Order: sequence, then C-alpha cells, then structure tokens
Amino acid sequence: MKNRSFVSITDFTKDEYIRILNLAEEFEKQPTQKILEDFVVATLFFEPSTRTRLSFESAASRLGAKVIGFSDASNSSVVKGESLKDTILTVANYSDLIVMRHPREGSARFASEVSSVPIINAGDGGNQHPTQCLLDLYSIRKTQGKLDGLNVAFVGDLKYGRTVHSNVMALCNFNTTFHLVSPTELKLPSYVKMHIKNSNLEYYQYTELADVMKVADIIYMTRIQKERFSDPIEYEKVKNAYILTANMMEGCKDNMRVLHPLPRVNEITEDVDSTPQAYYFQQALNGVYVRQALLSLILGVK
Amino acid sequence: MENENIRKELVVSAIENGTVIDHIPAGVVFRVVRILNLEATGTQVTVGFNLESRKYVRKGIIKVSGKFFKRAEIDKIALIAPTATLIIIKNYKVIEKRQVVIPEEIHKLVKCVNPNCITNSQNVDTRFKVIDKDDLRLQCHYCEKITAKNNIEII
Repeated sequence: MKNRSFVSITDFTKDEYIRILNLAEEFEKQPTQKILEDFVVATLFFEPSTRTRLSFESAASRLGAKVIGFSDASNSSVVKGESLKDTILTVANYSDLIVMRHPREGSARFASEVSSVPIINAGDGGNQHPTQCLLDLYSIRKTQGKLDGLNVAFVGDLKYGRTVHSNVMALCNFNTTFHLVSPTELKLPSYVKMHIKNSNLEYYQYTELADVMKVADIIYMTRIQKERFSDPIEYEKVKNAYILTANMMEGCKDNMRVLHPLPRVNEITEDVDSTPQAYYFQQALNGVYVRQALLSLILGVK
Repeated sequence: MENENIRKELVVSAIENGTVIDHIPAGVVFRVVRILNLEATGTQVTVGFNLESRKYVRKGIIKVSGKFFKRAEIDKIALIAPTATLIIIKNYKVIEKRQVVIPEEIHKLVKCVNPNCITNSQNVDTRFKVIDKDDLRLQCHYCEKITAKNNIEII
C-alpha cells in the first residue's frame, strides 16, 4: 500500500482492508507511537468537516507527524482563484501525504493523478468517503467478532447516502445479508442492488423499521434530509417513520449494535445512548485507529 | 434486390476519394454532421436520410469527399451511431468497409452529466469507462456517476 492513494473503496482489495483493520487493532491497544516523526501530513479541507479533519489530525499527531493545511477554502488561495491542480502541486512540495476533502465529485481522483505524493480522500462531494467505510467495517468486526455472514440493516436515506453505498459495496466481500429499510422515494439505487446480486448475496427491502429489529446484527442508521424530497408532503409523511427509540430494542439480538456515521439529528433518540446496543460514539473513535493504520501503511512505516 | 444493388453502387461510387458513413440510424444523421463539424470541411458533403435499407427500416448516409476520419472522430460516430459502417473510397474504389466500434474507454469526447463533477468546474479532461455497449452507459472515471445514452453530450 506504500505510496498509493486511497480515493475510492474499490481501490483496495478485501485482503488489503483486512490488513488495515488488523493494524488499526494494534493502534487501538497502543494509540501513541512516534513512528511518523519524519513526516508532514497536509489536511486540505476545501469545505469544512470538523469531525473528519480532527480525526485525521488526531491520528497523525498521535503518530508524531507534523500537520499542515487549512480547514476551509476561504482561508486558502482558492479564494484568489487558484485551480485545484495548482493547489495540489504546491502542497505536494511541502508534504509527504495529502488528506483532502472537496465539494466536487471526482476531485480526489483528479488530485491523485496530478500529485507527486499520495492522496487520501476524506470525502469528494456526494461520491466517496472511503475512510468512513473502513471505520464502519472496523466497528462491525469489533462488535461482532467477525465480518462474514452477518445480517446488516441499513435504515433511512439509502438513495443519496454515499456511506451506505460504499458500505454495501465493501460488505459484498463478506457474505452479508442486507436488510434495506427506507421510504419508497429513498430506496437503494439499482446499480448498488445489482452489485449485491452479482455477488450472489441476498437483500430484503422494508418500509418499517420494526420489521428488522429482531433479525439484524447491525443496524446502520442514517439521516433523512428534507432537501432530498421533491414533494415536501412526502417528507412530512416519512420524517418521523425511521426513528430508533430505546423501547424498540426489546427482543433484539444480544449482539446487535446500532451504528450511525454522525451527526445525528432526531433519528436516534437520546434514550438509546445508554442502551448496550448504542455504539455510534465508539464508532467515531475507531476512526482515529483506522486512519492511523492507513497513514502508516501509505507512508510505508508499517 | 437488383434495384438495391444498383442504388448502392451509385451512392458509393459518387465520390472519388473520401469516406461514406453508411447505416446511420434514422434520426441521428444531422447529429453526426454536427459532431464531426462537416459543414466546415470545405469539401463536398452529401447527406441522405430515410433511405431504404436491407438491414434497417430507414437509414441515413453521409458521403464526405476528400476526408478520412481519425480515431477520435470515429469514436464520436460510434457513440452517436453505433450501427454505422465506414466505407473508405480511393479512386472510386471501396478500399475498406468496416463497422464502427464503441471503444472501452472514452477520452475528451463526452461531457459528464453530473453538474457537480470536477470535470465540469475545473480544466480536467473527461474520461469514461464504457460499462454497457448495447444500451450505451458511460461511467465517469472521476465522479463515478453514469452518463446514459439519452444524456450524452459530445464536447
């Protein structure tokens, strides 16, 4: 993986995911290791994403790397009209690896083609956010003790949620049975369902969250955004239909855990936070270990 | 059958040197003229459409004098008129006859349908993988979105 960019979840093989997850486990046991002291990591956030940026910067800092960059395009030469290519070429001179987030889809792939140092995609518009996917895989494996043969339910906006698409694609490597819960307007796109079929796996579609509570090993909640609906009446009808509450946990499997990419709005009520099933805050912490693993593999020190 | 042969003979031998684009599906003849910018060639161009065909109900044909198309131009024809045949003519003789082929990858020919794609906001050449040749579907190398047959806009 040394010197390779990580733009899309399909850039790495199943074996490579496993290698990253195994290394992340080592970092979880010992998060502070000064193995990147000789490196400079640039974090270029052309649009703000505090959570993702801090997670990357925390990962780099715990490994001793120096971090440079900007957290918002308005603090950078972009406002002067500099092209993405010029920004990347310049920053590649100052750093050993670039983590970037950009509002345009495909920007990270383009950056990886012009940059002399590897690029990690921290989100390119609605397209890919592969490190989120890796930390979700890590969280699933950690809570279930395995990745193979699980019943995974995805709930909410399955049409536009890029995290859902990448996770489904990645889980197709692990003999998963998919339970897809969404309003009719926000069903999983057919090209993603095709991917499940082509992997010889099964999926079931539901409109009621209650229907999957007893079968799921993982319930992956997502936010339903108002702006996704062409008809505001449709939004009003479904906005409260996919809310997970503590009393819904009754009868669920003991090993079931609830994941959420965060931030949540109202789709998981706060009384869920104190149930043994709640895992979303730990999930966010796992992001640091996974990013530590990725940084050290790409920089070639592991 | 006899008539068809005679007609074809006339159509094909009407130019001394150049290319005949035959078997263009009805309805896209003028699109082909436009994407190849044939009005600007300066040589003789004859356009026919709604012609009877053995293969198709109605077909179009374009004869371009003194012009031999380059690879990128042929790829453009294939995208718009996948059934087209190119007939290369030298000294009134058919030198070569071949069906256009949709390439595996398409560079700098088509605009990405996704308005939020990096290729639509910065100076980045477009690049697509052809994921379905029969029901033409192109996947953007950058934003990974699909540009389908009905949305194809030639640059």
